[in-house]
Amino acid sequence: MSIHLILFLAFGAVCVAGAVNLLAQTHPINSALSLIAVMAALAGEYLLLGAEFVAAVQVIVYAGAIMVLFVFTIMLLNAGVEERTKGSRVAALIGVPGMLAGSILVAWVLLRHSGTEAVAAGALPGDPKTIGQLLFHEFLLPFEITSILILIAIMGAVVLASKPPTSPAGEPAGEVD
Amino acid sequence: MPIWLYILASVIKSAVLLGVLLTAVAYTVWLERKVVGHMQNRWGPTRVGPFGLLQPAADGLKFLFKEDLTPPHVYKPLFLAAPLIAVIFALTSISVIPFGNSITIGGYSIPLQVTDVNIGLLLILGVTSMGVYGVALAGWSSNNKYSLLGGLRASAQMVSYEISLSLSLVGVLIMAGSFSLREIVNAQGGHFWGFIPRWNIFPQLIGFFCYLIAAYAETNRIPFDLPEAETELVAGYHTEYSSMKFAMFFMAEYANMITVACLATLMFFGGWRGPLFGPAILQAILPVFWFAAKVFVFLFIYIWVRGTLPRFRYDQLMSFGWKFLLPLALVNLIATAIAVAW
Repeated sequence: MSIHLILFLAFGAVCVAGAVNLLAQTHPINSALSLIAVMAALAGEYLLLGAEFVAAVQVIVYAGAIMVLFVFTIMLLNAGVEERTKGSRVAALIGVPGMLAGSILVAWVLLRHSGTEAVAAGALPGDPKTIGQLLFHEFLLPFEITSILILIAIMGAVVLASKPPTSPAGEPAGEVD
Repeated sequence: MPIWLYILASVIKSAVLLGVLLTAVAYTVWLERKVVGHMQNRWGPTRVGPFGLLQPAADGLKFLFKEDLTPPHVYKPLFLAAPLIAVIFALTSISVIPFGNSITIGGYSIPLQVTDVNIGLLLILGVTSMGVYGVALAGWSSNNKYSLLGGLRASAQMVSYEISLSLSLVGVLIMAGSFSLREIVNAQGGHFWGFIPRWNIFPQLIGFFCYLIAAYAETNRIPFDLPEAETELVAGYHTEYSSMKFAMFFMAEYANMITVACLATLMFFGGWRGPLFGPAILQAILPVFWFAAKVFVFLFIYIWVRGTLPRFRYDQLMSFGWKFLLPLALVNLIATAIAVAW
């Protein structure tokens, strides 16, 4: 077993453990931190597959910016510990086996019918230059359309945020000085 | 190069670099106290050793022997983890900084850098963006309103200024055509008109100023030190910390300052490039000397600014970052792109 494979499996284990922990924790900030661990481990996986640029962007954008805003919001609202329920019986009886069956099905379809080999470690052409060529030559139009989509989303956020504070949009009735 | 030699060289380089970095952190604190002291017509540390030069050692001992207090009602796991997060990310980013050309020992060429990766700059930006968790979680887990305000301010400020910081560096990236810090420095070889060194500072003056201002905000230094503004927030996010845990935040802040100074040197001031002369041994040492000298100048400017400027108000900080610095960095980026494409 090569060191690449061992590391790949280790990062994968961290990823899955973080995702399970994300669901199991009752305090929102612990869940957010688990999600950060998942993102960072995913970045490690990308790095091992040879997609350096995607790995770096994963850390900068998801782990470093978006999750900071999550943590910021949790801190600002001071969200408390969530209430423990006993869990629904439907989820235990149907949900868990259904999820297992679903993932096995997806794995089987991908392995049998995708017609591609498993990617060898470090084999993806993921250096910044290749990504740039792909983004700005072959996929220029979809890339630019996506940027317009994001611009519209930003404008929508500005419009929503600039509404007067009497909006019914679930503002918590905390102490606001 | 055989693999064991490679590993040995890497271990030695990491150990030496870490030692140098931590010593530099300790002496930057000394330098700051000394320089700010002289600017305020005081002496600064003078008692321990000549010119107070042993003051960092005395401070370090004091930090070690102070009582390590964990206040009640803090959220313990994160309260303990936060200083570790801050210091680990602050020390990690030095690993991709090249501080000289390669040296040849016994027929093997060893680059003066822990590791040269083709996403070097992105790695530094990623690690710095993760460093905010140390400050934010420290503020939240302390269960103290001043700490919480400090943590909130820190996360909002660092996310805002990170955009300007990254955009101000893109101009340099366009000119160098690489994320590798070594290649960026190599692209700055030669001279304009035969005598001005071909450093990026000259074509990228606006980018440099955007970088410098954003970097001050990223490292929470005066005039942007709102997360720990002592006149309004006691000590901000590290109010509840004592002993070595407090020292870790201190180390993280100064290590970040040094990283930012190294990055400014590499991106805008030609890294280790400078006049080489004399015998072979001097020629081998001079690049490292030039690099250290340029970093020192940046650290001095940091302290100079601290001794000069008052603190911003928080709304001023935000509107300056979003309404002035970000558009300026964008304009610089577009102008550079057009000029290079010409």
